[in-house]
Amino acid sequence: MSNILNELLYTKTHEWARKIDKKVVAMGITAHAQEQLRDIVFVELPALGKELKAGAACAVVESVKAAYDIFAPVSGRVVKVNQKIQEKPQLVNEDPYGEGWFLHIEITNPNEFGALLSPAQYQAISEPAP
Amino acid sequence: MKKTPLYDSHLKYHAKMVSFHDYTMPLQYDTIINEHLCVRRNAGLFDISHMGRFEIKGNKALPFVQNIITNDASKLDDGQVQYTPICNDQGGILDDILIYKRNKDHFLLVGNCANQEKDFSWFQKQAVTYQGLEIRDVTDRVSLIALQGPLSSRMLENTFNRSFDFLNRFYFTDFAWNGARIIISRTGYTGEDGFEIFVDVQHLIKLWNLLLDKNNQDGLRPAGLGARDTLRLEAGLLLYGNDMDETITPLETTIDWTVKFDKDTFLGKASLLQQKEKGIIRKLTGFEMIDRGIPRSGCPVVKGSEVIGRVTSGSFSPSTQKNIGFCLITAASARVGEELHIQIRNTHYLARVVKIPFYKSKH
Repeated sequence: MSNILNELLYTKTHEWARKIDKKVVAMGITAHAQEQLRDIVFVELPALGKELKAGAACAVVESVKAAYDIFAPVSGRVVKVNQKIQEKPQLVNEDPYGEGWFLHIEITNPNEFGALLSPAQYQAISEPAP
Repeated sequence: MKKTPLYDSHLKYHAKMVSFHDYTMPLQYDTIINEHLCVRRNAGLFDISHMGRFEIKGNKALPFVQNIITNDASKLDDGQVQYTPICNDQGGILDDILIYKRNKDHFLLVGNCANQEKDFSWFQKQAVTYQGLEIRDVTDRVSLIALQGPLSSRMLENTFNRSFDFLNRFYFTDFAWNGARIIISRTGYTGEDGFEIFVDVQHLIKLWNLLLDKNNQDGLRPAGLGARDTLRLEAGLLLYGNDMDETITPLETTIDWTVKFDKDTFLGKASLLQQKEKGIIRKLTGFEMIDRGIPRSGCPVVKGSEVIGRVTSGSFSPSTQKNIGFCLITAASARVGEELHIQIRNTHYLARVVKIPFYKSKH
């Protein structure tokens, strides 16, 4: 059973977002996503200052077998990247909502935040009823 | 999609299944890294029943085999196995196979899953001039599994209450087990000691379960195609469809040693001889990443501002913790120590040509 945190918002493409303050959102990939990928052995993050568009690829994670795009949950500027997951990609498997975070994004359009999926909505798409 | 007889067993072990050519096969049961390291430390059990298996019989069997392969089967003992490519007239690799010599009139050939039908029709086409030759596709009748890893010999003994340690590498023996005909061959695709086991299809599940039950305590686990690929890559073994195909000759790869020009005649000989005399212009070579980045099949290889080839296989290597691969590049750059760039998602990452294998078993 994947674990979905109540205090976060989600995307259809299995990213999570957490509002840190009025302007800044932290993001990463969900427990469900890391379970599907299994061994994460590489993470590529965008440069600081890069402008991201909601729904566009912003990072890459690679399992042993293949590379996968990670999509920005909101538009904005990259203000912080998690160097630690570049050194130790397995942190994304071990702690996807904590030490395995990806980016902090300074949001340009606060309305986009409201368009993200609630935990219940995300649960419905990531764990279809048996 | 075809299933091997072990399909339900794979599901029971929670395998993540993937399509692999015509077959649905287990990619992994656990994580690829755990399965990989399990094979390096203990042993893993692989379902490789998707591979093509053919039987060649008749008093012209040896000359027929000699004609289709580039290697030399005339020197094989009865009960010995040989690795060889089979080539078309242009010297392009149609498949790479193992040939098992029972005696000069009876051979067993094992080829790649993707080439099963192509191989069979190629053999039939080439057999026309060999009277009385019998060629049978026995893929669906005789199943194939692989027990690979440093503990595999001990595990076979646990399972059958007799030792197969007398078998040298690349030799096989027949064995009767509860009415099943079994062939045990000391071969594999992992760079570890190991055995490939042929068994009549109706006894396969029983044998698979027995091996896993008897050796669970010694650390035997099922392993999927994911680990099979990383293990073979570290061991410097080529994969058909990635590192070789009909547009690539053995001389351009690392298996140039399998072309025996002193043999009378064989398919592709004239073209290969001509290529040898002219000198090859591209060469398959191993490399490791210096910059962080995982090379994947198809990535361009760049020297200066020039594209000099492409990656044919690439992966994270669980045993060395490096990112490694094979690339087919201009022969002049295929020298150990040479620095290259691998283009991954439009960025150039530094890499260096290294000797293969990338990993040598310590056992």
